[in-house]
Amino acid sequence: MTQQMLAEYFPILVFLGIAAAIASAMVGGAMLVARQKPNPEKLSAYECGFEPFDDTRRRFDVRFYLVAILFIIFDLEVAFLFPWAVALGEIGWFGFLSMMGFLGVLTVGFVYEWRKGALDWE
Amino acid sequence: MEAFLATPVGVLALTVAQAMALLVPLLIGVAYLTWAERKVLAAMQLRKGPNVVGPFGLLQPFADAIKMLMKETIIPAGASRVLFILAPMITFMLAMLAWAVIPVNDGWAIADINVGILYLFAISSLGVYGIIIAGWASNSKYAFLGALRSAAQMVSYEVSMGFVIVTVLLCVGSLNLTEIVRAQADMWFIIPLFPMFVIMFISALAETNRAPFDLPEGESELVAGFFVEYSSMSFALFFLGEYANMILMSALITILFLGGWYAPFDIAPFTWIPGPMWFVFKICFCLFVFIWVRATFPRYRYDQLMRLGWKVFLPFSLVWLVITAAALKLFGWLPGAV
Repeated sequence: MTQQMLAEYFPILVFLGIAAAIASAMVGGAMLVARQKPNPEKLSAYECGFEPFDDTRRRFDVRFYLVAILFIIFDLEVAFLFPWAVALGEIGWFGFLSMMGFLGVLTVGFVYEWRKGALDWE
Repeated sequence: MEAFLATPVGVLALTVAQAMALLVPLLIGVAYLTWAERKVLAAMQLRKGPNVVGPFGLLQPFADAIKMLMKETIIPAGASRVLFILAPMITFMLAMLAWAVIPVNDGWAIADINVGILYLFAISSLGVYGIIIAGWASNSKYAFLGALRSAAQMVSYEVSMGFVIVTVLLCVGSLNLTEIVRAQADMWFIIPLFPMFVIMFISALAETNRAPFDLPEGESELVAGFFVEYSSMSFALFFLGEYANMILMSALITILFLGGWYAPFDIAPFTWIPGPMWFVFKICFCLFVFIWVRATFPRYRYDQLMRLGWKVFLPFSLVWLVITAAALKLFGWLPGAV
């Protein structure tokens, strides 16, 4: 049984191998075929009209971080919904209402985020 | 032959052959999608589009590929070299990997795994990594901002996309992609779940960073977004990955809502055309709409984009999910109901 299950995933491994081979061949091929003639100007980071100054890896807007956290919460919710949706025919009203309770709690959280302005970008 | 196919080497050879039979047409399809996009956009703007290389410009994709190959691979001085090279490869590999589970016809999925849709969802989530790594490794402000925007946009729309998928699952009762299509033999899900189809389509546009949601590469402000620093084949890999993802999203929409390989009507002239042809037709139709949207709508503003994702699509798809579940439960239409 487990053997059978794993066998189903074998083609995915083959796909991974082929995709990796194609990608490496393309990048490697371009490096071999094309003439490489680097100079400091060419290798500096792109900037419009003047020399690039200071490092890029510095502070950025905290809202991107907030979106990522909200995403984790809702994506987990979706992950919980997957098995529930498949089994809903068998778990009866009890299963249905438990999930409604769970969604209700999350909705309260969602309304709170909304009212706090976590979803606003201006 | 039979004996050879039973050996491990035979199994490997067969799988590789199957994978190539899917990937080669896919890559050619990607090449011609770039051509088709330019042609369609040109026609909509009363231009001619590529028409010099070959008849109707049909050899243009190959000319572009050779040009890309001959270009110098530039790795910026401040970049993290390994990650910089790796990022486009990750994007491209993920775009290819997802195709392993797509059923082109009844029983034609190369890996017919029982959690197919979950696998697709997971692989498309991983797509964010390629972009974030590219933006980070480039060590360029434009690339970094583009990557942040792109990642925030993709994760925002992924949530509503997840709800849409769950709604379809409620009507199917299986995670297997073949089963999802079979459940639509009598009626395509676009009819009962039309609002979810609309959300799915718009989310697909946002997921693939397509116009009008192409803010990550907003030329006028970010030059090209997360791939400013890329040149040569590394750039081509991003490009191929993006277009392969477009085709993948069209395939996903076809499987979830447009009845996969089924003909629109189960009567004579329609049933003469084989299933895989219908599958390809439907994908082409979706892709045409992708391009049509690009030719029609101006780019969104970032705050509008986030508002649409979090304040419109998320609540709406959540409510529609609950309504669908309650209706199926009340009327006893759930698959496998006892």
